[in-house]
Amino acid sequence: MKFLSQLISGISLGSIYSLIALGYTMVYGIAKMLNFAHGDVIMIGAFVVYTACVTGGLSPVLGVLLAIVVCTILGVVIERLAYKPLRAAASLAVLITAIGVSYFLQNMALLVFGSDTKQFSSVVSLEPVSLANGNLVITGETIVTIVVSLIIMIALYLFVNRTKPGKAMLAVSEDKGAAQLMGINVNGMIALTFAIGSALAAIAGALLCSAYPALSPYTGAMPGIKAFVAAVFGGIGSIPGAMVGGILLGIIENLSKGYISSQLSDAIVFAVLILVLLLRPTGIMGKKINEKV
Amino acid sequence: MSKNQPSPLSQKKQLRPVTKKNLVTYAIVIVFFALFQTLTVTGNLKFAYQSLLVPICTNVIMAVSLNLVVGVLGELSLGHAGFMCIGAYVGSFFSVVTEELIPVTWVRFTLAFALAAIAASIAGILIGIPVLRLKGDYLAIVTLAFGEIIKSLVNVLYIGKDSNGFHVSMSSSGLNLLEDGEVILKGPQGISNTPKDSTFLIGFILVMLSLFIVTNLMDSRTGRAIMSIRDNRIAAESVGINITKYKLLVFTISAAIAGCAGVLYSHNLSSLTANTNNFGYNMSIMVLVYVVLGGLGSIRGSVIAAAVLYALPELLRGLADYRMLIYSIILIVMMIVNNGAFFLKLRAKIAQSFRNSLQKKKNEKEAA
Repeated sequence: MKFLSQLISGISLGSIYSLIALGYTMVYGIAKMLNFAHGDVIMIGAFVVYTACVTGGLSPVLGVLLAIVVCTILGVVIERLAYKPLRAAASLAVLITAIGVSYFLQNMALLVFGSDTKQFSSVVSLEPVSLANGNLVITGETIVTIVVSLIIMIALYLFVNRTKPGKAMLAVSEDKGAAQLMGINVNGMIALTFAIGSALAAIAGALLCSAYPALSPYTGAMPGIKAFVAAVFGGIGSIPGAMVGGILLGIIENLSKGYISSQLSDAIVFAVLILVLLLRPTGIMGKKINEKV
Repeated sequence: MSKNQPSPLSQKKQLRPVTKKNLVTYAIVIVFFALFQTLTVTGNLKFAYQSLLVPICTNVIMAVSLNLVVGVLGELSLGHAGFMCIGAYVGSFFSVVTEELIPVTWVRFTLAFALAAIAASIAGILIGIPVLRLKGDYLAIVTLAFGEIIKSLVNVLYIGKDSNGFHVSMSSSGLNLLEDGEVILKGPQGISNTPKDSTFLIGFILVMLSLFIVTNLMDSRTGRAIMSIRDNRIAAESVGINITKYKLLVFTISAAIAGCAGVLYSHNLSSLTANTNNFGYNMSIMVLVYVVLGGLGSIRGSVIAAAVLYALPELLRGLADYRMLIYSIILIVMMIVNNGAFFLKLRAKIAQSFRNSLQKKKNEKEAA
């Protein structure tokens, strides 16, 4: 039973990683950059929910919707101000800028909200489900997280593969120049990608802090990095890859917490990343890209 | 003899521009050292400021060592604090164990530095192996992962000593020490009672040594090969430069220097623990900020930026809260101004108009 309950909470944590990893992988696919600040957008989202629901007394649904709006705007603004001027620059410059943005968001939150850890109240009001005579208890947060993630992933998959803007996004990630010649607004598509990724980050932030109710300006950093590991694990740039990679990583993390050592679980997750990159640098579902001279 | 060729005599006296540049860097460090050492000895420096001197040296060494990776090789390392962590723990461990065995401080301290440099460079080679296959963003994230792994590992490691020798375990009860045993490395509590051997003089010697190593490396055939990898990897490869070898070399040297910085750091504190701010991600980013603000590839810039940016918030207490916010904004602005398409065009325009006006003056002179 212990294994099963660890597995289920692993899937729940993994679904959150998947949601975050989707933001990473879509941005990486289309803008070819590692958006280090993505993890901190999660934190901002969680703070918006916290302020709206705990301080402002709004209902959780309204709070989450507000967080989605705020994060979407934030994502687009970050892209416009910090990343767009560097579109043609070397990847080192873009990466350092992204780290700068990440630090900016963290320290901004530190000044506005303070460094003390806040008790987040869950946005989920579902009762825990007890199975097998109370031996297996699944919390409402776990159920909602898994269901919401599943719906979002299906919706995203349909959006990218079936709708016109989705196909345009795919085209831009495939070949920017050719897409532009076909009349696709490349900058618009990149902004749209950042908007979608940040909206997902807001949802992930609300779910993450409902499951692990401690909120501080540094809340987003570690899940952000782990979600990037998940995106690499699944194959960066691949949407199904991010989903599979996230869930697998969540399971690995929870099982190593349960059976090996809770202090070493982070180290194990990172060791997985190094192994994946050594053995299969393109990830589980990634495509191999040949270098052109 | 034509006008353009200097006579052999004057050629002998003329220093190469690179040598001149390096000498200026050394001079800055020496003047800085002489000034503050005199102030300390004569008792004109407040104790609070005296305690800043060794950490400044640590940060300067870290910045110089990271600049070798980021500025000279052109790869981003986000786990540099990990190498420092290894150096700090190995050095402290050695000093605590041999404190009675080797009573002469400088012998023990030198051995601690040597051992820490070796341990850190082994780690550099280990991290170098994935580096051979990766570049850019992936490499950055692997170095980050590596730094976090080291930090997690030292936090769960327990090492004790008794008459039977050393015992290593993942928990304090797993050591099974004899009665006379003593726990040296206590997991999250780290190593305590490290002899406080670090002085400003030793810090200064280390800074000079790392400057000497890095500047001479950059000025050598090897250094030019490394910089060619940074400027155009494919072109470098096509003229027969062994990229694997040079990347590994840079990571090893840089790790060894960072390890020495760690020893300097740990022997300045009575108890050594590993957390995010000293050996984690935050420290790595802080050093990166020094390197970027000092100028990628500019060793002198790194030295000055590290010293000033470390000391400034300590001196201006009111600034401490806003320090990281200001640094992050500077980081973003610097990157955009130096690399953004708009600013590059603007710069080219200004340079062109400057050149035009010079040409005009020259023409006028000739006409006159």
